[in-house]
Amino acid sequence: MYRSHVLVCGGTGCTSNHSGDILNEFQRLLAEHNLENDVNIVRTGCFGLCAVGPVVIIYPEGAFYASVTVDDVKELVEEHLIKGRIVNRLLHKEDSNDSVKALSDTNFYKKQTRVALRNCGVINPEVIDEYIAYDGYQALIKVLTEMTPQQVIDTIKASGLRGRGGAGFPTGLKWQFAAASPGPIKYVCCNADEGDPGAFMDRSILEGDPHALIEAMTIAGYAIGAHQGYVYVRAEYPIAVERLKIALKQAKEYGLLGKNILDTGFDFDLDIRLGAGAFVCGEETALMVSIEGNRGEPRPRPPFPAVKGLFGKPTILNNVETYANIAQIILKGPEWFTSMGTEKSKGTKVFALGGKIVNTGLVEIPMGTTLRTVIEDIGGGVPNGKKFKAAQTGGPSGGCIPVEHFDIPIDYDNLLAIGSMMGSGGMIVMDEDNCMVDIAKFFLEFTVDESCGKCTPCRIGTRRLLEYLDKITNGLATLEDLDEMEKLCHYIKANSLCGLGQTAPNPVLSTLRYFRDEYIAHIVDKKCPCHVCKGLVQFKIVEDKCKGCSACARKCPVGAITGVIKQPYSIDVNKCIKCGQCIDTCRFGAIIKE
Amino acid sequence: MKSIADIKAIRDKMQSEIILRDNSDSEAETRVVVGMATCGISAGARPVYNTLLDEVATRGLKNVKVTRSGCLGMCKLEPIVEVFVPGQEKVTYVEVNPEKAKQIIASHVVNGNVCQDYLIKE
Repeated sequence: MYRSHVLVCGGTGCTSNHSGDILNEFQRLLAEHNLENDVNIVRTGCFGLCAVGPVVIIYPEGAFYASVTVDDVKELVEEHLIKGRIVNRLLHKEDSNDSVKALSDTNFYKKQTRVALRNCGVINPEVIDEYIAYDGYQALIKVLTEMTPQQVIDTIKASGLRGRGGAGFPTGLKWQFAAASPGPIKYVCCNADEGDPGAFMDRSILEGDPHALIEAMTIAGYAIGAHQGYVYVRAEYPIAVERLKIALKQAKEYGLLGKNILDTGFDFDLDIRLGAGAFVCGEETALMVSIEGNRGEPRPRPPFPAVKGLFGKPTILNNVETYANIAQIILKGPEWFTSMGTEKSKGTKVFALGGKIVNTGLVEIPMGTTLRTVIEDIGGGVPNGKKFKAAQTGGPSGGCIPVEHFDIPIDYDNLLAIGSMMGSGGMIVMDEDNCMVDIAKFFLEFTVDESCGKCTPCRIGTRRLLEYLDKITNGLATLEDLDEMEKLCHYIKANSLCGLGQTAPNPVLSTLRYFRDEYIAHIVDKKCPCHVCKGLVQFKIVEDKCKGCSACARKCPVGAITGVIKQPYSIDVNKCIKCGQCIDTCRFGAIIKE
Repeated sequence: MKSIADIKAIRDKMQSEIILRDNSDSEAETRVVVGMATCGISAGARPVYNTLLDEVATRGLKNVKVTRSGCLGMCKLEPIVEVFVPGQEKVTYVEVNPEKAKQIIASHVVNGNVCQDYLIKE
């Protein structure tokens, strides 16, 4: 059994370049090292790369050596065959073209600033030592050995960090309130119940850099005087949960969690609590009720969690992305953090780009970057030559940003001013084919499903709101309905118990603000300008284009298409269920929606 | 349980292993990193990862480590494989499948030739 095979080209080209001598030299040197029984030398036919001959290939590695001389054989035997190191110097180099070699050189990456995502895709999340290599747990060491809890809070306050979960409450202030609340028992919680459709940055951080969360929560515990923390993460994120469990175990083994952390006398422990995927459990009071083991329903505030939170004790609750910034702020200082962003929104924000955009994915940009930069430069623009219509941010709580606000710098306050919100950072791009009434309806269907039912304005109000939208998309509404609907929106906002209800009408209000003409078209003209709303669309065969091939008629699941072969077919609109299969089937583009 | 000094020692040791890639020391390890967050796995990163491991094992490659990381952000191009050869710039391969993974090991890791066809097209 040979452990290696040396293939020496014996084709005409290589032979005339003395490959025979190379073969002899191999045999001589192998005999010298007593390797004849371990290494098999084969003289092969032509490899076809005569220009770079003589060619030697060594298996099992498959190393392809080119332009080998007799003098090189000694190195190949001693380095490759004896020590197992490939001799880079002799490898055949191919010409390279202009493709982008590294992801970091792409336009997608160039305009990003990665703070919260700095380790995602860089380290192995299941190896704590790799996190430590990138200065992991250095911030915790600094906090425990050099700083008082108040100094930690002051640092976070000075950084201007605001909650990345969406509302943008100043993180340092939140910590200050909890630290000021009296009592020996306090809690640190993490909201990883990422429920916005289209947002997945928290999952990505948990999956790619779980130790960053553990480190930040421990720092938070030290700052407010808590010794126990909970990460509330949805059970739909199995990989994130698994990696977090591994990370917790490793941190405990290293003494970075538990009793007497790093021999500094500080105790802090962390546990995971799984959520079952109710959207309302992302609301802070409902989340804590759920951790306590009860049904996830919000309660009125005040008292705020910083005063009376989990198990009735002072509690802080921050989002995963917020925590992901903490260690960096401690290490690099608040001035570094405030150097990024706008006047009132410091640092960076992660967005999950989705919808009608070329580069779907996660991007992290400094606050104040314009929507244009995000969508055109980083996102690569709208595909298929379509026109950009709007971007939806903030999920079911947010609103749409139309093209006229394309150059607005993205931060908390600007987004609120134009009727949207930061939200957790989902950004869904829509093109000219998206009906804005349909979009509003989509988000409202979501909130109706996810309303917990505790308070009436949300439970019944969102349902009534959806009914108005149904009427509009079916062409049954009047302009009075539109006014009533708008009134209802403001009523729900003003009277709901928690953030879910208070923000539920936002998708409707913002589309009404920027795309009222589309609502009017549905109501007055009984038309959906984008041909999306099924109730207002009719399928029709254009006679001039129809060849009478019968392909559509055979495909139609309800037999609505009839005709005579080789003559134009027609659609019975009363039978048609508007499934669109005929359009996909027709090879002549003869079927249209109007 | 580790002491503060232990943590700092781990940092120094690991930094020299994985961060200081500009050393062209032939002893240093080539790292092949597969993005394995939910996006990568759902796009087929697991068979790619296994193929890379198999290929490194069958070829008996020493000083090559196949490892995994989280999401790189460009979920559309998953599965993504990055190759770090000591002393060279990193190379990002996108939309990798097991067939391409074999080629990456054979051509790039062993023979030092970047697989141009699997790079990002802009």
